[in-house]
Amino acid sequence: MDRYILEIRDLHVHFRVYEGISRVLDGVSLDVREGERVGLAGETGCGKTVTMKTVMGALKVPPAIIPKGEVILDGQDVLKMSAEQLLEIKGTKVSMIFQDPMNALNPVFTVGTQLLDVIRFSNRHSSNGGKLSKKETLNRAITVLGAVRLPDPKRILSSYSLELSGGMRQRVLIAMALVNGPRFLIADEPQTALDVTIGAQILDLLSGLVKTNGISVLLITHNLGVIRETTERVNIMYAGQIVESAPTALLFENPKHPYSRGLLASVPRLTGGKIAEGIRGTVPDYARAPSGCRFHPRCDYVMPICSQKRPPLTMVSPGHYVKCWLYGEEGEVQ
Amino acid sequence: MNDPLLVVEDLVQHFPLRAGLFHQQTGEVKAVEEVSFDIGGDEIFGLVGESGSGKSTIGKTLLRIYKPTKGTIQFKGMDVTKLTGETLHSFRKQAQIVFQDPKSSLNPRRSIRSTLEESLIVHKIGKNGRDRGKIVADLLGMVELSANYMYKYPSMLSGGQRQRVSIARALALKPSFIVLDEPTSALDVSVQAKIIRLLQQLQAERQMAYLFISHDLSLVRTIASRTAVMYLGRIYELAVTEDLFTNPLHPYTKTLLSAVPVISTEERQMKPKNQSHGGEIPSSINPPSGCAFHPRCSLAEEVCAEELPDLAEVIPGHFVRCHIASDALSASTREMHLGASQKRRATKIKRR
Repeated sequence: MDRYILEIRDLHVHFRVYEGISRVLDGVSLDVREGERVGLAGETGCGKTVTMKTVMGALKVPPAIIPKGEVILDGQDVLKMSAEQLLEIKGTKVSMIFQDPMNALNPVFTVGTQLLDVIRFSNRHSSNGGKLSKKETLNRAITVLGAVRLPDPKRILSSYSLELSGGMRQRVLIAMALVNGPRFLIADEPQTALDVTIGAQILDLLSGLVKTNGISVLLITHNLGVIRETTERVNIMYAGQIVESAPTALLFENPKHPYSRGLLASVPRLTGGKIAEGIRGTVPDYARAPSGCRFHPRCDYVMPICSQKRPPLTMVSPGHYVKCWLYGEEGEVQ
Repeated sequence: MNDPLLVVEDLVQHFPLRAGLFHQQTGEVKAVEEVSFDIGGDEIFGLVGESGSGKSTIGKTLLRIYKPTKGTIQFKGMDVTKLTGETLHSFRKQAQIVFQDPKSSLNPRRSIRSTLEESLIVHKIGKNGRDRGKIVADLLGMVELSANYMYKYPSMLSGGQRQRVSIARALALKPSFIVLDEPTSALDVSVQAKIIRLLQQLQAERQMAYLFISHDLSLVRTIASRTAVMYLGRIYELAVTEDLFTNPLHPYTKTLLSAVPVISTEERQMKPKNQSHGGEIPSSINPPSGCAFHPRCSLAEEVCAEELPDLAEVIPGHFVRCHIASDALSASTREMHLGASQKRRATKIKRR
């Protein structure tokens, strides 16, 4: 059997807001196998970032409420970990690359200070006793900057983030994320803030490093093209729920959920052709989320049952799961 | 073809860099360098390029938000660069802009009505408040928002709705030309699709010309009839959109196309193969000599670093600024003539 590096099971995350309780994540289940690259796609406000923060143990509870669910990272439940334990796994087991390389680095410290800090910090918290000499630390920093193909690593170490271009900063951040040899990487829109050609460079680099080091990846993005080109499996998220999950090629060829279909049809193509209507309506207010299927007020195929009962997760073909009443009869899984 | 609405010739836009105690000029940002193109009366002209290529500067210069350093902009027979006072005021009525970020381009303390009404007041359209209210309601209708949106404030609207308001503001004076500066890059794809549809509809109904500025090549492909590719302030390739995408000639265009992440197999097949995406985008304060793309170009030869190639019409309607591509192309046309006799010889050999 495949080993899972990440298993999210029926995760619910709520926030207390003025109007009552905002049910942002509503039963999210998602897994990443060892060595697999999985995409999480969805539009603004669908809960991608909340999911990611929960996995990283970076969600503040309170104000967040987690009434239900498990996030099992390499056999351990992140939600039950102490702050100490979380520090231990960050960087060594799980690491992260953020969207905006402009803001992710501190402008008043050199790249070197920040990179060496990362090495020293997780070294102190790691189980190997934390003995790494100054020279070894520096060597490790230089090696990792070389691995992300930054020219002249010594100069980079002594420069400030504002002396570097966007692409170079993102390389530094990738170096920071990978320097302690994590087994699982969360990449949150790693190319969005960059130009097309520079973004392609970064994605190429990232795919290469991930493959050679056998790192599992959860790629979070709204750019469906990036998901198509860099992942093996994809989850489509809408309003705090995973509505469809399938091998990437299969989903892009044959999307089942009306939301996935609408989304794919909205993407402008390089081959030209008319652009679709888009999806009518807007993302719902989480404090007053629609009953039944959360997509039903915007769905073109809506049936009476959609507003009454939540659709089950249905397997439509091996590995291809859809949460929609249109496919309800074909064999229920959960 | 009918007369173009807008003719841009040798447009140059430099911004001085100042520093030090006496604010001395220490250099120049060469944002736009000798750019020439024209836009037809009901055309959507696409302008693509990466950040710092000067595409937004062109948009703003065309509307005289910036005064160009050099060059001419002919709009309906008048030179926009020379307009002042009253004539500039009336030009502004005919040319409008929609900005990228609808969050920062709408005043948060003004109601939608007050925002839409302002240009009507400035240009003395509508007799009184009630009259203008009617016009504002009509404008909102055009962008598919109901009339009671006029009492709302930008913070109460979603990104897509705000961008609709920005479009309504641009339409208020019934312009014949609109600069769309990345109008959908802050929006989600499903919302983007709706805005693009709306823009296409309005353009067809009201016979307007658009300058559509974007870094998203797939989007330009779906909306523009002709497209220019910019790099460091210059146009490096210009063609009918279809030709540009199916037969890209400049190495930079090919690199750009191959870097676009796509979702279907057909798209993947049309992407140029084996393109390297190496190198950084140079600064426009100190651009490379000759062809600005030569440090990143895999085909670059000596001449590329020394001489700036001309923007040459290598195929009717298809302009490219590249030594290698235009040489190869003129060679291949020669081959076409030679080719016939060679082919005959080849078939003879085969028969034996």
